[in-house]
Amino acid sequence: MATAHQPPSTAPHHPAAGAADTAAPALESAFDAAVAADERIEPRDWMPDAYRATLVRQIAQHAHSEIIGMQPEANWITRAPSLRRKAILMAKVQDEAGHGLYLYSAAETLGASRDDLLDKLHSGRQKYSSIFNYPTLTWADVGAIGWLVDGAAITNQVPLCRCSYGPYARAMVRVCKEESFHQRQGYELLLALSRGTPAQHAMAQDAVDRWWWPSLMMFGPPDAESSHSEQSMIWKIKRHSNDELRQRFVDICVPQAESLGLTLPDPDLKWNEERGQHDFGAIDWSEFWSVLKGNGPCNEQRITQRRRAHEEGAWVREAAAAHAVKHSERKEATA
Amino acid sequence: MTPTPVSPASPGAGPAPTTTEAPALHAAALALGDDALVLSHRLGEWAGHAPVLEEEVALANIALDLLGQARVLLSLAGDEDELAYLREERAFRNLQLVEQPNGDFAHTIARQLYFSVYQTLLYGQLADTDSLLAPLAAKAVKEVAYHQDHAEQWTLRLGDGTAESHERMRRGLDALWRFTGEMFQPVPGLDLDWQGMREQWTARVTEVIEKATLSVPEGPQSGAWTAGAGREGLHTESFGRMLAEMQHLHRSHPGASW
Repeated sequence: MATAHQPPSTAPHHPAAGAADTAAPALESAFDAAVAADERIEPRDWMPDAYRATLVRQIAQHAHSEIIGMQPEANWITRAPSLRRKAILMAKVQDEAGHGLYLYSAAETLGASRDDLLDKLHSGRQKYSSIFNYPTLTWADVGAIGWLVDGAAITNQVPLCRCSYGPYARAMVRVCKEESFHQRQGYELLLALSRGTPAQHAMAQDAVDRWWWPSLMMFGPPDAESSHSEQSMIWKIKRHSNDELRQRFVDICVPQAESLGLTLPDPDLKWNEERGQHDFGAIDWSEFWSVLKGNGPCNEQRITQRRRAHEEGAWVREAAAAHAVKHSERKEATA
Repeated sequence: MTPTPVSPASPGAGPAPTTTEAPALHAAALALGDDALVLSHRLGEWAGHAPVLEEEVALANIALDLLGQARVLLSLAGDEDELAYLREERAFRNLQLVEQPNGDFAHTIARQLYFSVYQTLLYGQLADTDSLLAPLAAKAVKEVAYHQDHAEQWTLRLGDGTAESHERMRRGLDALWRFTGEMFQPVPGLDLDWQGMREQWTARVTEVIEKATLSVPEGPQSGAWTAGAGREGLHTESFGRMLAEMQHLHRSHPGASW
């Protein structure tokens, strides 16, 4: 599962490009012209410091979301109820680790280091998507995550395939292909449950009831409260507003829920003929802000597990580094 | 070929086989299938806990290869899900080695080294026979050669890395050594050169361990009464807990489809 996030509005607002930039105005206007012409900015191209900082923050947050996002699903690998489902789930969690790798590599093209970004994740200085602070309580949650969480992530990410920064855009092409498999497996898992025994159907409905609203929150706060959206739009890092993407997602999900034979937990959800879109109920933003601030059901657990894996793996990474040094010294000695 | 169903509670006690090869073939498919199934499960427990992101990918990859092998093999012996989810502990035919808990990363690598060298040799021989399992072995041997390479590379890095990693690798190799003798007990239905396999295994494992600046463990390669035990359905205590976790959801919904 992955969640390309909108730039979080809690992060410090960067001053407009230029304050720290000493580059000749010609470079800046070449950059602006390239972005305006929908050309790709590549790692060796000149770019404003604030553009670089915004991308590092967004790509890092996306990478962190991939690796934290492994946890809620890995929670069910050892209990998957059939060998086919177990294979699919393992492959999906593995894909997420792979997405993390591509994304940290994309951030490295901007001069960031993976170790430094991981430190920022572990110390809470960088965030990951809040959706992963909710628990996976039943097997059906694996399906709901695939259908809704990955579905919301794809809605966010497809436009990122046209992002102005080349390495990020190219990573997203591959990520989106895999995410669409993830979304389909989630839908198919829920369909099997919905058409299964009454207990399985109830399990599927319960999971959708719990994951629907948090999935809508994945698009970030309403446009009026989203502080860096405007600059990201000009830079073509972001191409649609939070509310536009959220609406698109709701309109996609409604008929899919019907096909699944499941209901979405919103009594105000209905087709608006005039707008040609669905109306939906008010989102409880106090929950969103509260989870973001660390009060979600699993914030502590997720970051603790991540830190522990990293700390317990330190001796392995040190050994690999020490071995590499010895190996190259021996090579030199025999050369 | 048509798989003959095997009663989940007592494998091998299914309906009368149609060919004389069937019971032995099923026993062999079950033994190798259980090895792959159980080790895949243990490796799956690493998800989200690996020491570095590249190892999340690598360990999951090995687990997936093994699960794929397990599904083919168990399907030759019966229904894959009935066999995986509805058998009791005593009906599993896997080696005790593969059910051993993960321990630290060095312990997992030691288990991978011992088992992947064995599996490469076993599938390599099996691929050249006229057994019905030969096609599976021919495909799987390419996968397990990669698993062996992964385990050997890490044995070298950890053994010849830092003082701490050297000590951890030594402890892992030592702790699992007593489960290695069982691998060479002939499996009914597999007409292979088990003694030759043992010699080749010992030669390869010795070479890797010594290159990693470690010593081959000196203790016995089997416990006092456990030689061949896993293949006869005698397992270690942690295995029951592993199965309890693996089987609980499936067993909670009898007859349900997933």
